Amino acid sequence: MGRALEGMKVLELCSMVSGPYCTKLMADLGAEVIKVEPPGKGDRARSMPPFQGDKPSKEKSGLFLYLNTNKQGVTLDPARPEGKKILQELIQGADVLVEDRPLGEMEGLGLGYETLKKTNPGLIMTSITPFGRSGPFKDYRAHSLNLAHASGQAYLLPLLSPHQRRPPVKVGGYTSDYDAGLVAAVAVLGAFFWKGISGAGQFIEISKQEAQISMQRVESVTYANDQVVMTRTGTQRPMPGGVLPCKDGHVVVITPEEHQWDALMELLGNPEWSKEPWCRDRVIRADHTDEINGYLADWTRRHTKEEIFQKGQALSCPVSPCQSAEDLVKSEQLEARGFFVENTHPEMGRLKFPSSPYRFSESPWRLERSAPLLGESNKEVYCGRLGYSREDIEKLKKEGVI
Amino acid sequence: MRQGPLKGVRLTEFTSAWAGPYATCLLGFLGAEIIKVESRKRLDHSRSLSFSTGKEFKGPDESEVFDNLNLNKRSITLNLKKPEAVEIAKKLAKISDVVMENMRPGVMPRLGLGYEALRAEREDLIYLSSSACGQKGPQREYVGYAPTFAALGGVSYITGYEDWPPSNFMGAIDLRSATTAALAILAALCQRQRTGRGQYIDMASQETISVLIGDVLMDYIMNKRVQTRKGNRDHLMAPHNCYRCKGEDRWISIAVATDEEWRGLCEAMSRPDLIHDERFAGIHDRYKNQEALDPLISEWTRDKDYYEVMEVLQKKGVAAAPSLSSEGLFKDPHLGERNIYRQVEHPVIGEDWVLSPPWRLSATPGGIERHSPLLGEHNGYVLGELLGMSPEEIHRLEQDEVVY
Repeated sequence: MGRALEGMKVLELCSMVSGPYCTKLMADLGAEVIKVEPPGKGDRARSMPPFQGDKPSKEKSGLFLYLNTNKQGVTLDPARPEGKKILQELIQGADVLVEDRPLGEMEGLGLGYETLKKTNPGLIMTSITPFGRSGPFKDYRAHSLNLAHASGQAYLLPLLSPHQRRPPVKVGGYTSDYDAGLVAAVAVLGAFFWKGISGAGQFIEISKQEAQISMQRVESVTYANDQVVMTRTGTQRPMPGGVLPCKDGHVVVITPEEHQWDALMELLGNPEWSKEPWCRDRVIRADHTDEINGYLADWTRRHTKEEIFQKGQALSCPVSPCQSAEDLVKSEQLEARGFFVENTHPEMGRLKFPSSPYRFSESPWRLERSAPLLGESNKEVYCGRLGYSREDIEKLKKEGVI
Repeated sequence: MRQGPLKGVRLTEFTSAWAGPYATCLLGFLGAEIIKVESRKRLDHSRSLSFSTGKEFKGPDESEVFDNLNLNKRSITLNLKKPEAVEIAKKLAKISDVVMENMRPGVMPRLGLGYEALRAEREDLIYLSSSACGQKGPQREYVGYAPTFAALGGVSYITGYEDWPPSNFMGAIDLRSATTAALAILAALCQRQRTGRGQYIDMASQETISVLIGDVLMDYIMNKRVQTRKGNRDHLMAPHNCYRCKGEDRWISIAVATDEEWRGLCEAMSRPDLIHDERFAGIHDRYKNQEALDPLISEWTRDKDYYEVMEVLQKKGVAAAPSLSSEGLFKDPHLGERNIYRQVEHPVIGEDWVLSPPWRLSATPGGIERHSPLLGEHNGYVLGELLGMSPEEIHRLEQDEVVY
């Protein structure tokens, strides 16, 4: 069986999360991705935790290893004339270039889209920047935290917050950065499909801020249309349920349909309060959210999350445990779906990895190679693909170009 | 609108709520023709209720939530409880490149509209099923919405204050699932373009969330560490938090990575003394003493406008940005200049604000062509023009509540 994106040639000039996740999505689907890293240090994600055994090592960052599966990796300094020449050769053979350099840097190197398209009109060049390529904040700096807030994702978290005296918080982990990589990958595949029809490339602009806002598409227009400012205290829409404490953690329950509310009450053994007139009516019930959540918590506290999950779902009540990383790794559902796959890394041995949320009948997801060691593919790419000799490679290495 | 890259691709969807409809809406932005199969027998929730604000809509065509998630589409009403409607749905599959559905696993096959049945109509069909937990495994029939996807997926557990329960999540989780589905369909379209073969894609919404915390999962796999909630804190950087500014519930996020940025922050705050304060001298010192550091910054920000803080810090090379609400986003000068908000004229709602697509493609921009369809607005077009039925036949199908 073939791979979905077999034959697609991608060049990545990115670091940390968004850009590398964008090309990981393509590499995992069968595209040939060459990752270009600065000599010596490599992608900044290499120096970010988690490290195996908590010992910092360029080759042992879980963040880097996860985000760079199935890619080849070369080192190159494009600021050096020989480096620039090699990069141009790589771009010449690429369908897609994804870069996350600060605004103007590629143009400064003489590698802007207008220049590149002259020799490679089929090139799909994708620029990922914090705030996009125009507008008053285009040159502003932003770490992951800043964009999670500037996109409005964080303003609504945690939901429910006890009150507004505590600050909004970011989405856990690097989730918001992954969002931007995912959106970029959708745009790139759209353009690649078009290239398959027309042969033509194009320039794609991704603002990480806007990609993150796109996940809040509905919430983001509530003020514009209805002058509603949603907040993390959830007062705009009280609804019984939400996150509830249980014996060994938390569960979340949501009952948008009445039969689901009835299922929840059945789970609780149809308590007396649920038969009161104020509780029978959906609209009036919402006005009693705090009271009802007190009753719900009294019950959930006496049960385990697994018990509530299994019994509730057997009644078709939308209830689920708040799962930790450990719960996920041990989940029987994920096990049955083969969500985690194993691979051997040259420095770390056998290691499990999360795979993908989709199962293609004709194009199975495969972990064919671990994330590249720094410069691992230099020979393979520079000699094998571009025709440099071993002596050239030694010389370039000595000069610090690669 | 200039044409999008998927011009000529046709997709028929059997989806409702947010996660299904927005997936195909994205493909519609890219120029695909999207035919939405729905029915007044079982109205799409988002036509009658806003899950975010609780606003209820009287008729099926008044929902700005539905509008925002179903732009550019065509709507045909089919009552799939009737065998004749199922036959029409099959004919639609025959003229479609892609079918997407997000019903509970098992429902589409029972209706006679599963992948095998539709593949018999069109061999190179791409068919994506989006569900809470996937089509396989012991939990395949479990029901869920955005909050349960977030909880099962693992992101709730790591979001929130250290001393507070995990965070609930709403619609943004659905849109992550939707964006992932769009990606999977595109990949299958690329494969079909190359090989001529279609395929079936089984996608699990809870897993679309789990892949976004891959590094957190790796920490458990490598170190048996269970990461938990830590507010705005980072693994290494400090300060790395949100600080109160002037106004109601206004906050600025500030993240400092290097000593140089730290100096910039101290200078901006007119506190050069802090540069030499040994508690904050290096990155590890600042991280260790961030509890002492945060109040010093809050003291400086609390009486200032958040854009004022942003500007003065950015000038010093320090990453700072406000925490924007729906009002803040709409009034933001940068987003304003970038025109991310757009009004579409809707025949019932009137002028409705929606968001532009989250990308800019230079050669095939695509984008928003028209408002979301009224319920059954394109029955005539789909049944008549695409499937070649006569007006009399369509009228009879309406009378029989097949087209309903």
